[in-house]
Amino acid sequence: MIHSLLEFFEPHLLPLIYALVIVLVLPLVAGYIVLLERKVMADMQVRLGPMRVGPHGLLQPIADAVKLLLKEDIIPENADVWIFWLAPLVSVTAAMLAMAALPFGPAFQIADLNIGLLFILGISSMGIYGIVLGGWSSNSHYSLLGALRSSAQLVSYETAAGMALVSGLLLAGTLSLRQIVEIQQKQGLWFVFLTPVGFFIYLVASVAETNRAPFDLPEAESELVAGYMTEYSGFRWALYFLAEYANMVVVAAIATSVFLGGWLRPLASVRAFDFLDYVPMLLLLLVAGYCFWRTPRQPVRVQQGFLAAVGLLCLLLAAALAAPIFVAPQLKPAVHGGFWFLLKVFCYIYTFMWLRFTFPRYRFDQLMRLGWHFMIPVAIVNVLGVGVALVLERQYGWGLGPALLVTALGTLAVAAWLAWVGERTESPVVGGA
Amino acid sequence: MLDKIVFYFFAGLAILSAVLVVTRRNAVHSAVFLVTSLLATAGIYLQLQAQFLFAVQIILYVGGIVVLFIFVIMLVNLDVALHQVQFNRQWWLAILLALVLGAQLAFAFAVTARNPSALAFAEGRAARLEPNTELIGQALFRNYLLPFEIASILLLVAMIGAVVMGKKRI
Repeated sequence: MIHSLLEFFEPHLLPLIYALVIVLVLPLVAGYIVLLERKVMADMQVRLGPMRVGPHGLLQPIADAVKLLLKEDIIPENADVWIFWLAPLVSVTAAMLAMAALPFGPAFQIADLNIGLLFILGISSMGIYGIVLGGWSSNSHYSLLGALRSSAQLVSYETAAGMALVSGLLLAGTLSLRQIVEIQQKQGLWFVFLTPVGFFIYLVASVAETNRAPFDLPEAESELVAGYMTEYSGFRWALYFLAEYANMVVVAAIATSVFLGGWLRPLASVRAFDFLDYVPMLLLLLVAGYCFWRTPRQPVRVQQGFLAAVGLLCLLLAAALAAPIFVAPQLKPAVHGGFWFLLKVFCYIYTFMWLRFTFPRYRFDQLMRLGWHFMIPVAIVNVLGVGVALVLERQYGWGLGPALLVTALGTLAVAAWLAWVGERTESPVVGGA
Repeated sequence: MLDKIVFYFFAGLAILSAVLVVTRRNAVHSAVFLVTSLLATAGIYLQLQAQFLFAVQIILYVGGIVVLFIFVIMLVNLDVALHQVQFNRQWWLAILLALVLGAQLAFAFAVTARNPSALAFAEGRAARLEPNTELIGQALFRNYLLPFEIASILLLVAMIGAVVMGKKRI
């Protein structure tokens, strides 16, 4: 009996371990993305950010998590209790389930699905329910308005994001994320260089899809308190937060796989740039060195110990990244692939933060007009352009590069025309409506 | 064995939540159970190796159409609906339709009891369904291009019609 059970589970053992790792590590990662965001914000506003808990505030996420877990869990009196309870779970489940098809490296992927990208899009579109149901069940006007705004925004920008991804899919000819990356490896060129317009549209649409500034209208604090999660507190609120940051990781990972070459090293096909293989190791050695240098300057014994531990951890990781170069070259794709993938994901997320602290928030009608009158038409024209370029390449013997350049210029011309028309016809809303 | 357990789980879930969609008084609860029912159906598609259909079911129905349902439900006043009669009284029509459906099922059971292979589906070979998405794409854009385009134009017309009817001034 036990033997047959083991036999049944054996092929699923590795994916199960991966899934467990993601579920366990993701909350920690989300917490540290929050810390990173606060540090980046502080840096851009010439402040220090959180400094008290741990050296340079490194333990702040742990303290925040403990605080949130211990907070009182308030349910509004006239709330629809079951749905109020269900909504944050839907959000988190959708965000985590979407990670099942993401290739975090050639060796680390739970399932390589034939419909990979469609699966991720479908599952993450279910995240809307968490927001809509949460806003409705709170029985509060702010929540309901936030939920309505959010669902309208998600439905509109999902179209643009999907169309932008289609331009990448046309070039790859497959929906499996692993194969998309492998085709970019074969071509020796990331798709961001082949269809820059598609990447740009996906970047903007993914900011809108994750409800982040400058498109964070669902939770615009000056108008709606906190939008759909106004009535949530404690652990449930933490779940919403976790879902939001997990969604950021998901969209960043999709963009990395489809447009930014997934786990491939920059210039992976050029032998002259093989010295880039040393970069991961040196980067971590640098961080470790900084930690050891700062250790004696920490004010408290505990903080000294913690910083030294962080330094040691970095040394260990550096050793892990150095091993494929010096000892076991067969491990190189797995270890270094994971490093480059995560590095790209974090660069993408850093861009999100940069945008957030640079641009002021849109007004809701501006957001909708931008989505429907500009992003979606340009995305559709871009798909057409990539299609035409592929036909030119396959039927008329053009080079792929020139064909794509011509159609990209055409797409940009259409975009410029749309922007010009939009500016002329934009009705003065202030005072009018 | 495992196949059967999975099938009956999804089928039971689909039917149970479909019944709950009809019987719940609160329209938002009905919509939530509609989502469950659609997801269970998607699960059955997945079990039948129709991965593309599974994804499309989730993206279109769960991620699109029911979201619009909920959108509309939230904008109308639910308190009014709570005080209205939940079911209308068309007993005889319902019974007639149920009888027709029952007769069909009874016929199917009777035929298969006598000859088990009479109504069996053609045995689908797993190899023929892979890669699913590519096969559907080829079928739609090579073998059935004209019907596909006609259907798209029909949908486009319906969409434009809805916009024209919904707007007072275009």
